[in-house]
Amino acid sequence: MNAPDSTNPTRMDRRSAIKWMLTAAASVAIIDRAASAAESATPAAGYGTDPDLIKTYKPGDVWALSFNDKQRRAATALCDAIIPADDKSPAASKLGVPDFIDEWISAPYPGHSNDKTTVLDGLAWIDAESQKRYGNDFADLVLRQKNAICDDICSFGKAKPEFKKAAQFFRKFRDLTAGGFYSTPEGMKDIGYVGNVATATFEGPTPEALKHLGLA
Amino acid sequence: MPIRSFPDNFSMPHIPSTKTQPSYDVIVVGSGAGGGQTAYTLTMEGAKVLMLEAGRNYDPVKETPMFQTNAQAPLRGTSTPDKPFGFHDATIDGGWQVPGEPYTSASDDPARKFWWWRARMLGGRTNHWGRISLRNGPYDFKPHSRDGLGFDWPISYEDLAPYYDKTEMLVGVFGTNSGLENTPDSPDGCLLPPPKMRAGELLAHHRTKKLGIPVLPIHRAVLTQKQDAENLPAKLHPKNAKAQRIAAQAMRERAACFWATACGRGCSIKANYQSTTVHLPPALATGNLDIVSDAMVRAVTLDDNGKATGVSYIDRTTKEERTVKARVVVLAASSAESVRILLNSKSARFPNGVANSSGLVGKYIMDTVGARLNGHIPALENLPVHNEDGAGGAHVYVPWWLYKEHNKLGFARGYHIEFESGRRMPGMGAAAGVERFTGGNYGKQFKEDARRYYGSFMGFAGRGEMIPNEDSFCELDPTVKDKWGIPVLRFHWKWSEHETRQAAHMQKTFVEIIESMGGKADKPDATGAAAIEPGGKIIHEVGGTIMGADPKKSVTNQWCQTWDVKNLFVTDGGAFCSNADKNPTLTIMALAWRSSDYLLEEMKKGNL
Repeated sequence: MNAPDSTNPTRMDRRSAIKWMLTAAASVAIIDRAASAAESATPAAGYGTDPDLIKTYKPGDVWALSFNDKQRRAATALCDAIIPADDKSPAASKLGVPDFIDEWISAPYPGHSNDKTTVLDGLAWIDAESQKRYGNDFADLVLRQKNAICDDICSFGKAKPEFKKAAQFFRKFRDLTAGGFYSTPEGMKDIGYVGNVATATFEGPTPEALKHLGLA
Repeated sequence: MPIRSFPDNFSMPHIPSTKTQPSYDVIVVGSGAGGGQTAYTLTMEGAKVLMLEAGRNYDPVKETPMFQTNAQAPLRGTSTPDKPFGFHDATIDGGWQVPGEPYTSASDDPARKFWWWRARMLGGRTNHWGRISLRNGPYDFKPHSRDGLGFDWPISYEDLAPYYDKTEMLVGVFGTNSGLENTPDSPDGCLLPPPKMRAGELLAHHRTKKLGIPVLPIHRAVLTQKQDAENLPAKLHPKNAKAQRIAAQAMRERAACFWATACGRGCSIKANYQSTTVHLPPALATGNLDIVSDAMVRAVTLDDNGKATGVSYIDRTTKEERTVKARVVVLAASSAESVRILLNSKSARFPNGVANSSGLVGKYIMDTVGARLNGHIPALENLPVHNEDGAGGAHVYVPWWLYKEHNKLGFARGYHIEFESGRRMPGMGAAAGVERFTGGNYGKQFKEDARRYYGSFMGFAGRGEMIPNEDSFCELDPTVKDKWGIPVLRFHWKWSEHETRQAAHMQKTFVEIIESMGGKADKPDATGAAAIEPGGKIIHEVGGTIMGADPKKSVTNQWCQTWDVKNLFVTDGGAFCSNADKNPTLTIMALAWRSSDYLLEEMKKGNL
């Protein structure tokens, strides 16, 4: 499951993926995640180097969004296929994730225009594939039909050659959906993050956690 | 002058560049760890000080995003060229590139480039730093005597130890005494209790014992409890009632850590050290400090006798060039920026810049050797939910443990290991890339996967000693100027095999640690040359105005006083003539305090 093989993404991609994953655990002492940002010397027309850090931002506040209606419908449906409602949290679209993905692909920073191409091409592909198979856009398919398409593209390693490109898109879209979702209060609660509250003491691992680690 | 109190609406009293006094006792250029400590020590003893900061004024009490979540930031807070450490990081107008203020590289080879991080804000890089506060040990001051490489410092550990004590008491550092070789213990009363280890840290602590690798509480400048405002001030400022009163008040203004929010954002409750919450408020309360921000210093000004008279600077708000005068000038602008100021201080008497009769200004710049590796630790999967925020950064580290092995290792100096672990606030990393482990899912199964893998990854970063070398230096670029018209620095850089072999050893050690925890490491870089981070990347920029015992072989003496101009000092990291694996900030502060005490004595004696 963890073994690198020739069907895996490039080495750089794996490194970025794990780097992203670790951002959730980032300590300020360790700065590797900033590497890609630092490599660009050109200042982008983004929020600038001295933005208001206290303010709450919404997608579209700093730069214009890109999705047209058709793209937004497809993105919303795919977000919810990836993160549907369950007994712990709502579906991704209920927490504004499609708007966040729009913000992401519309950002004026390096790398985002590549993601824009990947996402917009992928959304066009998934609607075309849905039309081909079922005569409807992806958003209008029934669950069984959506799943049939997702099954073909949700694993880059297992995807047939004709679905490799779509699988690459799916992987990117799933990472964006997860990042957008788990950073919301509902998503944080779902994944088991219970910090960001002031407490009088820090108690370390609970007895249950110590038992889980075999250190009780 | 009366002592200022700290009203609720207290904010940094600042003066515009047009309101400076005709002359000061001391001008301090820079407001970070070196400049902050220098201004603190001098003003507490009654010297009239003007501090010049190139960046804008900054008030962490009002401006720190303490509980903001990633979803409240653009792009879920992820890094961009505008905010290289993420949206909520404290840095303002900074990073490895500052718009309009370039620097150049003598080589196009990525391995020969130096990355220079700057922050244009009051408090400089102390606002966002990792707060890791380690003492250099006795060996670290005499490295040449031990292995024939690099330079010995003109001081020993014993010379600096009292200042380490005072700095730890002033800024507030948690940690424990380990009794390990060249890892100094602090006297009773210096260190605050360390926080408990997090799950992954604790697992590493237990599992690495069989490897002989010590995972111990790290030392970081975070208040794990309130400072002892009753007793510490008298230890810091004996026989100075006013200074004691101000220090006590400043300590009472600081809250203990409330175990939430990342330290890199800064701290509005002043629980961690940053110059803007710890050094500058009491220094301002003495009534002896004026601060002018947006003051981009160009050069040190000199009289006909070669004595410093003050500095010239550009007011960024009006673009006017101004001068200010003082009996003594202290540069603490960051080691490379101080080099730049010295080299730009050209005159008929000093055609190669001031304080440069040795030709060594800009030479022997150093960073820390950095290499890292991540791993997946299955034991941390599905960990019962609990709060792991803690003290906003790592709670443990591995001090260098192989001092006896250097003859076998193939590299001369050691490194310590820093950890990334825990169930931290999710951002774009949450569940990204889990396809690598699950094969790829979606739907309810994906949500289960996300819960399972969250918090089960750990990162390990080595931080090692670089030996100063002839190929790593900076000079003025012959043609390029910044937007203020000031010539910029051109960097030369080269790692030696001592550093690349050390990086390779780090990679091997990380794999051992991860496997000892039952984990699976990412593929390590086979060679150290691939694993080692570029120079400057760790932001432990030191050297360039190295201290020594011989004016021909150093720029400053043991008091950070330039040999050539006795009323000119450099109290940032520039005076470091070696760069031990211990992060430099604590040593910068201790050295600045010691140098400032000497400066005060010399002023009293009329020598300055």
